Amino acid sequence: MLAPASSPRAHADAFVELQKVTHTYGRGDKEVRALESTDLRIEKGDFIALVGPSGCGKSTILKLVTGLINASSGVVFVAGREVTAEPVRVGMAFQNPTLLPWLTLRDNVMLPLKIVAPFRQEYRAKRRSEFRDRVDALLAQVGLAGFADKYPWQLSGGMMQRASLCRALVHEPQLLMLDEPFGALDQFTREELWGIMQELWMTRRPTVLLVTHDLKEAAYLANRICVMQARPGRIIQESVVGFARPRTIALSYDPEFVTLTQRLRELIMRPAKETVQ
Amino acid sequence: MNPQLRRRFASAALIIGFFVAWELLCVAFGIKDIVLPRPSQIVVTLAQRMPAIWPHALQTLYTTLVGFALGILAGVFLGALVGSSKLAYDVAYPLLVGFSSIPKVAVVPIFVLWFGAGTIPAVLTAMILCVFPIVVNVATGLATTEPELEDVMRALKASKFDILSNVGLPRTMPYFFASLKVAVTQAFVGTVIAETVASNRGIGNLMMIASSSFDVPLVFAGLLILAVLGVALYVVFSFIEVRVTGWAHRKDEFAMG
Ligand SMILES: Nc1ncnc2c1ncn2[C@@H]1O[C@H](COP(=O)(O)OP(=O)(O)OP(=O)(O)O)[C@@H](O)[C@H]1O
Ligand SMILES: [Mg+2]
Repeated sequence: MLAPASSPRAHADAFVELQKVTHTYGRGDKEVRALESTDLRIEKGDFIALVGPSGCGKSTILKLVTGLINASSGVVFVAGREVTAEPVRVGMAFQNPTLLPWLTLRDNVMLPLKIVAPFRQEYRAKRRSEFRDRVDALLAQVGLAGFADKYPWQLSGGMMQRASLCRALVHEPQLLMLDEPFGALDQFTREELWGIMQELWMTRRPTVLLVTHDLKEAAYLANRICVMQARPGRIIQESVVGFARPRTIALSYDPEFVTLTQRLRELIMRPAKETVQ
Repeated sequence: MNPQLRRRFASAALIIGFFVAWELLCVAFGIKDIVLPRPSQIVVTLAQRMPAIWPHALQTLYTTLVGFALGILAGVFLGALVGSSKLAYDVAYPLLVGFSSIPKVAVVPIFVLWFGAGTIPAVLTAMILCVFPIVVNVATGLATTEPELEDVMRALKASKFDILSNVGLPRTMPYFFASLKVAVTQAFVGTVIAETVASNRGIGNLMMIASSSFDVPLVFAGLLILAVLGVALYVVFSFIEVRVTGWAHRKDEFAMG
């Protein structure tokens, strides 16, 4: 193996950066190559959507950026440092809600405040006052007012998903990783949450990486859409979404919007062999 | 009548029926006291000789609880060690199963050899008997924690200790409390065995002496005390289990409370 001339460095204005990242699950004949030499650069405060066919490695990218798994090769930078070393507040909503079954919704959503600095220092003092109010307000915002004392198994799938979204947001993360957070919701709740999400992004400006199967959702929320292809998983195209904010649902009937989603749809549907140069 | 009430009623009827049948069979076949005393006789004996039996019952209870407490400490510690990683679990599990299948009665003479007859070997026997179910359950609970739940914590950059105290331990509680029910009855068995073999106090010793002087009703009175104590301890710990780990049982009544 050739040693690189210098150790890899993060690009100056990238908040999140993947450099030639390859990821392989399992060993030997059970080996699955989930991601192949992927590059991705996200600026601070940007909103990126990741779309692509099922199994193309979208969740894998999120897990790499949060440091839950280590890349087989290549480097992942967050805030200019190699991932896991960075002191960045991360919020993550997983593809499955993964709420802790022994905690009430309120305690589940409060979990990041118990763990993450600077909140953890104040947790004992504020968990019955300020933090509690903050969690309840957040739950109310996603339509879960009055469910704070319920346990996860007493809720529907969509309700758990909304609670899991609250848990990703409660500690005001600088980096927000959302893995199909609106997947199990009905059209109306979903559109309402898009609005809330957009507002939140516009006021607090976290860096967001959103995985979704809904192209309308991607076009509505993101500044840039990365399209992935499966086997080997990699990003094949990036489109900048230029619509002015705040965007509304009415925008989704705009011809330009429709053209965009249709183009994305064709890119994803196209068989892999055609995209290989 | 709701099904739960009916079930309780049926259990109570069965227990009462058992004793009534016992009484009737003894009378019908004219079975002698010295072979099998009637339940009514046992109760009378128990009442008459309570002042003599009572200190022994307390001794047995005390020994059991001390052994059980030590067993919990040792069991949780070892269980946490074994369950701390998948590797430790896979490596230690066969040894654990091997140890727990040794008839632990065999260790009583060794304890007597080391510590002399008395309370200490009884406490240790109780502890040895109850420690294995606790170790196995705690280790299993920790080792089978869903990686997804740990990922929630790891995404927040939580320390190992935070992960253990916020996910590992709560998730293990149902396993732990389920093992306590079993462990407390095991501790009880251990105490009585050790008392029978090598002690001058406790219900086990009382029954030993009574049987060597053919005082059969007293033997059975001791047995009855053991049964009552055993059931009582089991009930206490199942009650605690339901209270503490209700989320794992998902009962409607828990949802209300
Ligand atoms: N823990 C794992 N062990 C082995 N293979 C895995 C594991 N997780 C994912 N994979 C494989 O890696 C590939 C990419 O998985 P990933 O979860 O990233 O897909 P995805 O793009 O999120 O799909 P979806 O849209 O269905 O959620 C898949 O082919 C999957 O089979
Ligand atoms: Mg996925």
